[in-house]
Amino acid sequence: MVDRRTLVGAALSAPFVTRAAAQAPARNETLLLVQEYGPNSLDMQGIGSSQPVNGVALNCYDRLIRFKPTPLPDGGGGAFNMTDFEPELAESWQVASDGMSVTFKLKDAAFHSGRAVTAKDVKWSLARALAIGGFAKTQMNAGSLENPEQFVAVDEKTFRVDFVRRDKLTLPNLAVTIPFVFDSELAIRNGGEDPWAKEWLKNNVAGSGAFKVESWKPGSETIYVRNDAWKGGKLPTLRRIIARDIPSPATRRALIERGDADISYGLPPKDFKDLADGGKVKVVGVPVPNALWYLALNAATGPFTDVRLRQAVAWAMPYEKILQASLFGRGVAMWGGPENPAPAWPTPFPYKTDMAKAKALVSEAAPGGVKTALIFDTGAATIAEPMAVLIKEALAPIGIDVELTKIPGANFRGELNKKIHPMAINRFGGWLDFPDYYFFWNFHGANSIFNISSYQSAAMDKLIDAARFTQDPAAYKANVEAFIALSQKDAPVIPIAQPLHDVAMQKSIGGYQFWPCREPDFRYLTKT
Amino acid sequence: MLKTIGDRLLTTIPAIIGVIVVSFLLTRILPGDTASYFAGPAATPQAIEQIRKQLGLDRPLPEQFARYVADLAKGDLGQSLTTGQPVVSDIKSRLPASAELTLFGLIISMLVAVPMGIAAAVRQGSFIDHACRVVATAGVSLPVFFTGLLLVYIFYFVLGWSPAPLGRLDVFYSAPPSVTGFYLIDSLIAGDGGTFRAALSQILLPGLTLAVFALAPLARITRASMLAALSSEFVRTARASGLTPRTVILTYAFRNAMLPVITTLGMVFSFLLGANVLVEKVFAWPGIGSYAVEALIASDFAPVQGFVLAMAVLYVGLNLLIDLLYGVIDPRARAAA
Repeated sequence: MVDRRTLVGAALSAPFVTRAAAQAPARNETLLLVQEYGPNSLDMQGIGSSQPVNGVALNCYDRLIRFKPTPLPDGGGGAFNMTDFEPELAESWQVASDGMSVTFKLKDAAFHSGRAVTAKDVKWSLARALAIGGFAKTQMNAGSLENPEQFVAVDEKTFRVDFVRRDKLTLPNLAVTIPFVFDSELAIRNGGEDPWAKEWLKNNVAGSGAFKVESWKPGSETIYVRNDAWKGGKLPTLRRIIARDIPSPATRRALIERGDADISYGLPPKDFKDLADGGKVKVVGVPVPNALWYLALNAATGPFTDVRLRQAVAWAMPYEKILQASLFGRGVAMWGGPENPAPAWPTPFPYKTDMAKAKALVSEAAPGGVKTALIFDTGAATIAEPMAVLIKEALAPIGIDVELTKIPGANFRGELNKKIHPMAINRFGGWLDFPDYYFFWNFHGANSIFNISSYQSAAMDKLIDAARFTQDPAAYKANVEAFIALSQKDAPVIPIAQPLHDVAMQKSIGGYQFWPCREPDFRYLTKT
Repeated sequence: MLKTIGDRLLTTIPAIIGVIVVSFLLTRILPGDTASYFAGPAATPQAIEQIRKQLGLDRPLPEQFARYVADLAKGDLGQSLTTGQPVVSDIKSRLPASAELTLFGLIISMLVAVPMGIAAAVRQGSFIDHACRVVATAGVSLPVFFTGLLLVYIFYFVLGWSPAPLGRLDVFYSAPPSVTGFYLIDSLIAGDGGTFRAALSQILLPGLTLAVFALAPLARITRASMLAALSSEFVRTARASGLTPRTVILTYAFRNAMLPVITTLGMVFSFLLGANVLVEKVFAWPGIGSYAVEALIASDFAPVQGFVLAMAVLYVGLNLLIDLLYGVIDPRARAAA
């Protein structure tokens, strides 16, 4: 029996009920992300673009192809495989029988402006990455994409890349966040004098991606909304993403623990450990492919030109203590491996803490002991500082007296580039997950700025070059095994741990997807 | 009055020139290589050189300075590399946020400190006097970021009374149409009570943090100058004439004690602008302080120079305002000027 009171109550509350019901899905389809800092541009190809700009490239633009997601072993989300691709803008692709080109058929996709995506846009966009220079060009070159003439718009919907050489990195390199496709007509129209519309594209998105940028307040907030006409894949379930820049890690942690933020990027390892142990929120930690925390020893100048001293340091390192005290266990151990490791990278070196061996090597090479200095980045001080202190403590008893020097973040790379410091703590990760890629940048005689040890070895160069361009799997394996073995013997760097890329999220968040650029992919994320 | 303002403004010109030169030189002398920072972790030496060239950092210092001054004359403070925007528009959008927060903190602290200082002076040695001393000591000895984190921990994390420290507004509110740039005022102008409440609840904790910091100097100086005024001849005369204690204290003593309080207020305001930097970091406040710090960490010159310049102009303006206030409060100061 319905009495009058219930009826009046129902009538009065009706507007609120319907409003609540209407708002509920909106909150479910809106994601609040907190991160340390946001993008400084909307154009990842542009000079000086910061790390989060990769996220804009990932979500707002399409590439021809992307890596195929593979589930993570613990079910916490997805990672990828460097050699498996799936279509994004391309419907299909075919490598020519001579192996010297690849032809893409484009989908019937449209830009946010409504214009159809054509092969001309793809050509313009890839040529732009080369023309602008800086990081974009470096990354393109890494996959032997060196000349705009390699890009051919065959017809409206057919696009071809001609190879300058056979390079297994070419296709993977087309799937990273640099060769994404712009609406070239829109960009040129707004570019004014500049044929590449650098200034305009820095502040505007002209893509075909799954999300559009609704508002961007640099340094405080970026809001993305879904592009319902996206053709690159399955329509994302999230409609709106609010990415707030919260500089204080303590505040970011409080927000995720209180349940106010849905997903939090970039906390110190201790916070991730606490959150993972606490069990209130989900922490997904993916070992970063092709990445290492390591101690570099200068092989060209100073005491560590003597390989015995480098080996001595490798035997004296307090590995386990470092992993626990500075990374709080959020890393994969890179010591105590077998004598002949598998041809994979990163791989544990055979060294482990053995002070007797270390002492013997030092008394052989430098009986009076040595005085030396170690630099580390204050920008990564929560991790690098305890690491440096532990190394200093461990090396003192074997006669290596280490002086610690902190270098402010902005200056660190400049100091590394001088290549004069005998010891440095650093972290490197290469986007393209192949051992020879890592070795080329870090240990090749071409002496790139990442060869922090200034390591030079004709034998090493030969092995790396042979592995990079060989088409024979057996030869590749043999070369990789040989150069890993050589790096272990020569020890220009001492691997400590493979870092985990940690992300904390509410338990209601699913579909976490890890990519080489390590930015959140909103296209896969779900919220229940 | 106009002549006073004009004269005072003229004297500020050398100060501003000094600030321009020093800020330019300092940012160049500080360690840190902008080009290699912005070339990113995967840059080749060629890429770094290219960026250096593009930023004009390969030019000799005098040429860079001449270019900077020429741009400045056109009202162009350069481009920020960390936000990718012109520094002028960054400062324009962020200065109101800092100003609102600072003024809010200052007003709260004034509302507490001045009455407390008066009461402490009037009832010297009483409970309120001791309380004033304790509060002032606590205020100066707590670093602002600590107070901020403590307040966040208690009122947000443990009790859940305060909203998430997510900046000026909760994510589900949008900013009111900009008139003054102060959300509290703009939302009232727009007649949007919901946004006003949301903005107020966001500003409360960071405002309190600043207020605690500003409390000590204001309370101490109010107490001291009130004591001096209360023991002076004219107060004794006023008392002897049979005026009510209220009139004596507020009209005679306080009016005369106000000058040092106003001076301190100006100083505290500029301290607060500095203290803001850390508070803005803790509360994700999109203000100018956190902006400058981010820029400094990234050796991003243009915003640092812009910040220093903006602060210098603000400070000069503030000093001018205080000088003029002196004249309003004390006719003798007017005559001297």
